Amino acid sequence: MTVSPLAAWSDRLAALAPVLDAAEVPFRSQLTVRVSDPDAIAAMGSTLGVGFPSAACTFTSGTGPCGDVEVLWLGPDEFLVTAPPDQQVTIEEVLRGALGTAWGSVVDTSAQRTTVVLQGPRVRDVLAHGCSVDLHPASAPRGTCVQTLLARTGIVLQVTGDDRVTVLVRSSFAGYLAAWLVDACTEYLAVP
Amino acid sequence: MNLRTPTGGAVDRNTVLHFTFNGTEYTGHPGDTLASALLAHGVHEIGSSVKLGRPRGIVAAGSEDPTSLVQVEAPFSEPMLLATTVELYDGLVARGLAGQGRLSAEPDPARYDAKHEHCDVLVVGAGPAGLVAALTAARAGARVVLVDEQNQAGGALLGVDEYLDDRPSAEWVADVVAELRSTPGVLVLERTTAFGMYQDGFVLALQKRTDHLGFAAPASAARQRVWRIRTRQTVLATGAHERPVVFADNDRPGIMLASSARTFLHRYGVLPGSRAVVFTTNDSAYCAAIDLAESGVDVALVVDARPEAPARLATECAARGIEVRAGQVVTGTDGPGRITAAHVGDERIACDALLVSGGWNPVVSLFSQARGKLRYDAELGAFVPGEELSSVRVAGSATGELDLTACARQGRDAGAGAARAAGFTAGGQVPLPASDSRCTARSGLVLWRVPGSDDTSFVDLQRDSTVADVLRATGAGLRSLEHIKRYTTIGTAHDQGKTSGMIAAGIVAEALGVELAEQRPTTFRPPYTSVSFAALAGRDRGELHDPVRVTSIHPWHVEHGALFEDVGQWKRPWYYPRPGEDLHTAVLRECKATREGVGMMDGSTLGKIDVQGRDAGAFLDMLYTNMMSTLKVGRIRYGVMCGVDGMVIDDGTVIRVGEQRYLVTTTTGNAAKVLDWMEEWLQTEWPHLDVHCTSVTEHWATIPLVGPRSRDVLAAVAPDLDVSNEAFEFMTWRDTEVAGVPARVCRISFSGELAYEINVTAWHGITVWEALMAAGERYGITPYGTETMHVLRAEKGYPIIGQETDATVTPQDLGMSWAVSKKKRDFIGKRSFARAENNRTDRKQLVGLLPADPSVLLPEGSQIVETDRLPEPPVRMLGHVTSSYPSAALGRTFALALVRSGHERIGETLYVPVDDSLVPVTVTESVLYDKEGARRDG
Repeated sequence: MTVSPLAAWSDRLAALAPVLDAAEVPFRSQLTVRVSDPDAIAAMGSTLGVGFPSAACTFTSGTGPCGDVEVLWLGPDEFLVTAPPDQQVTIEEVLRGALGTAWGSVVDTSAQRTTVVLQGPRVRDVLAHGCSVDLHPASAPRGTCVQTLLARTGIVLQVTGDDRVTVLVRSSFAGYLAAWLVDACTEYLAVP
Repeated sequence: MNLRTPTGGAVDRNTVLHFTFNGTEYTGHPGDTLASALLAHGVHEIGSSVKLGRPRGIVAAGSEDPTSLVQVEAPFSEPMLLATTVELYDGLVARGLAGQGRLSAEPDPARYDAKHEHCDVLVVGAGPAGLVAALTAARAGARVVLVDEQNQAGGALLGVDEYLDDRPSAEWVADVVAELRSTPGVLVLERTTAFGMYQDGFVLALQKRTDHLGFAAPASAARQRVWRIRTRQTVLATGAHERPVVFADNDRPGIMLASSARTFLHRYGVLPGSRAVVFTTNDSAYCAAIDLAESGVDVALVVDARPEAPARLATECAARGIEVRAGQVVTGTDGPGRITAAHVGDERIACDALLVSGGWNPVVSLFSQARGKLRYDAELGAFVPGEELSSVRVAGSATGELDLTACARQGRDAGAGAARAAGFTAGGQVPLPASDSRCTARSGLVLWRVPGSDDTSFVDLQRDSTVADVLRATGAGLRSLEHIKRYTTIGTAHDQGKTSGMIAAGIVAEALGVELAEQRPTTFRPPYTSVSFAALAGRDRGELHDPVRVTSIHPWHVEHGALFEDVGQWKRPWYYPRPGEDLHTAVLRECKATREGVGMMDGSTLGKIDVQGRDAGAFLDMLYTNMMSTLKVGRIRYGVMCGVDGMVIDDGTVIRVGEQRYLVTTTTGNAAKVLDWMEEWLQTEWPHLDVHCTSVTEHWATIPLVGPRSRDVLAAVAPDLDVSNEAFEFMTWRDTEVAGVPARVCRISFSGELAYEINVTAWHGITVWEALMAAGERYGITPYGTETMHVLRAEKGYPIIGQETDATVTPQDLGMSWAVSKKKRDFIGKRSFARAENNRTDRKQLVGLLPADPSVLLPEGSQIVETDRLPEPPVRMLGHVTSSYPSAALGRTFALALVRSGHERIGETLYVPVDDSLVPVTVTESVLYDKEGARRDG
């Protein structure tokens, strides 16, 4: 049996509606990829059916043999590949194959972070209480991906829609993040 | 006494609010401040001064007021608020202060929060200049934030009854604000003070969101909010403060700034008294005199320090029966508390209000905080912005400009310039309002003080600092304003010298006979106005004060009554007391069960780093003192990591996962530091190495299974694994299934016992933990916490980084020369091992200590001395106790210690001062239990 980091928080997160539709999406496959060789990056992208992001602070998404896959830019030579649950072993294999003899690494980090999807018209307002990144649509359009702080925990933040973001948080910090979100919604819940 | 005018003011006269001040009940109206409501009842005396106990009143109408400090007692006790900025609400209870308030002993029940905001143009101040600036930038399409300290926009217009473009100025203000509010991308924040301006357009502002609601404030709403604004361009339209003139006994209640009296009249419909004297050096106070006279105040006299009074204004005064005397000054005052008379020439003019104007000080605090240089303007007698900054513009009376239309023009230029600099081209031009003000915009005479009794001529009314204090400072040889500020404390109170700083500078310059233009003004620092710690803390309190990191198995620990120890941000089980057990008995039980049967703990917090690449082995050889590249796949090696100074910084195990892949563990507290350390070397010194490091700390749950029966328990849950000592040797690892879950099992021991570390993904942590508990039940499996772990490892002499080490300890000091390679050509720290200092024989070295009395527990941190009697100080200290525990296995207490020449002293008796006695201890090897290592294989 598996237990996700925010299993105990699902009710409290659900109670944030209608201010925020907040839910953990547990057990997603996640692989940290370190690579800078352009040929290897291209090979990895074509293996997954999703090109790796070339611009900083963005992510790409698409569907391929491993299902719906997203590739997040985390640094000049660092990417996070995310996919539905139970794909991590396959993806690690295919990415290793694509890496070939080029410099780089592929590491299964699926349980390192958990995934929280936040949606609703107040999502930017709520996040602005703890995130210093400008989330205005003009500055952070769909496809934006940044590593930043939300209050006192590090997060990876993906803008996935007009009023929708995905937040990846270290598993040990997930409880803090959930507690912070619940508290941040207090005022909005009182005056919707 | 009723000093409320029959009509006028922006207060709601149909609603009556009740409040209590200094124990007396009063009434006021919505729209009042505490100060205006008190003045309406003729109450000027608020509190008393901090040192001299002299009565103190209300000097100004806003946040520049130096004196009206109050403690609000209800709804919630809050110290050091200004009566002039506390908005009145029903049920308010307050009392005046003598310069010091009292923090509540109760926790503040209100919420406070913070919000980040980003904009192209930030405008500070919603007076005429700021409004025009904001509207200009907004029409250009910029994202605009407009913040203003007051509860409504208007700035200086709120305190006058002037008309703009032939209609009341409030209408013009309302139109501009309405357009701003309806423009997308514009945020207008009232009751919001920009209190700090930092590099790169970062501005902090405090919004008082529900303070004014008093008891009606909703509990769910944050009472105050710190806005963390990041802007590309800033327009400072922060206005100007009126400056007083210093004279003898200038601190009596009833003496206030002329423009403030005018504000109380027009904004609140309140008169400062029934008979007033006006003392001025410039034109602006004439407007106050005329307006007050028209409202029924007997204005006895206008004393104008200038040789000649302005003709037109003097005529207007004469028409209202106000005498004007030019070339005269107020030299003193009378009164038991509140003023009863002003001294003018040889006369004592009876009055209950003395209204003073010494000119205007542009508010340059934020400009100065933004590193803008200030320039002394001799005509104004004030410091003004002295340079242009690339991203900060100043507009309006903050520049020293006095004319309204000119101020608005500056606002328009600044708003357009800021928008342009942020990449927006100007939209529709904002028309400039024209004022009907009768007061011409002329600067007056610069007069800092009227000669008189220096001891009662107050420069800083809040700090009780007088002209005498300033002259004492200059007389003592001080010349710098910064030094004089600290010597006299002028400008260090809640108001940061808003009304006193400039005057102090002027008096200093006069005393020293230097030009003010050559004096450097004191540095303006945040915050511009007081900000409570509660607001700065915001929501980072209680459970959100600092993130609590927990492992995947944490819920089980909670459920089973564990007490927790904070290790960095982690909560780790400390011990699991059974009913009636204290730390001591629980730990003895946990230790005994582990050494004799089987125990297990949650080791998930250990740092784990995946190291991959062709050069991974070579990289680890450089990082650790011992050799890692020779490790065979499937095997594990303990390693020590040193800094470049050769001092131990971390330790852990290195697992060779594959030909080009290792997994290294770090101590819990150093996980992030070690990863940073690796990245630093890879990125700055060894970019030629094909190595990549990835943290997997939280991917894995780690469970050490420890004790002679651990093999039996493992065998029960890992049917595919041959657990025999021959098949699964010490310091090797196997991939297998534990409780049906893919697992990596390592034979590692941190206790000297037969032990396994079981690693599964964090998702499976709690399931596998429970399976191990179930499988171990027949062997009495005992969960143990960090305290037992510490005892078990200390009995074996294993050091804990950060407890036995403190950045001055080498591997050799720890007795771990065996872990320092002699073959490797180089590694971090190697060179330092050859230093003479590192080879001294009297270095502090890790040893064991056994107290002569086996029941005496040495306090950790105790010093160690050589003699059984303390000699005269200084006493030579040989070292200190690093760890100390009672031991179930040894049947006695023991300790680890760092002792000078410790390794040579084994067998010696030393002494440890405990309370008033010297406890004799025998020095031993650091390994106290199972020296031959017989227990390792079970």
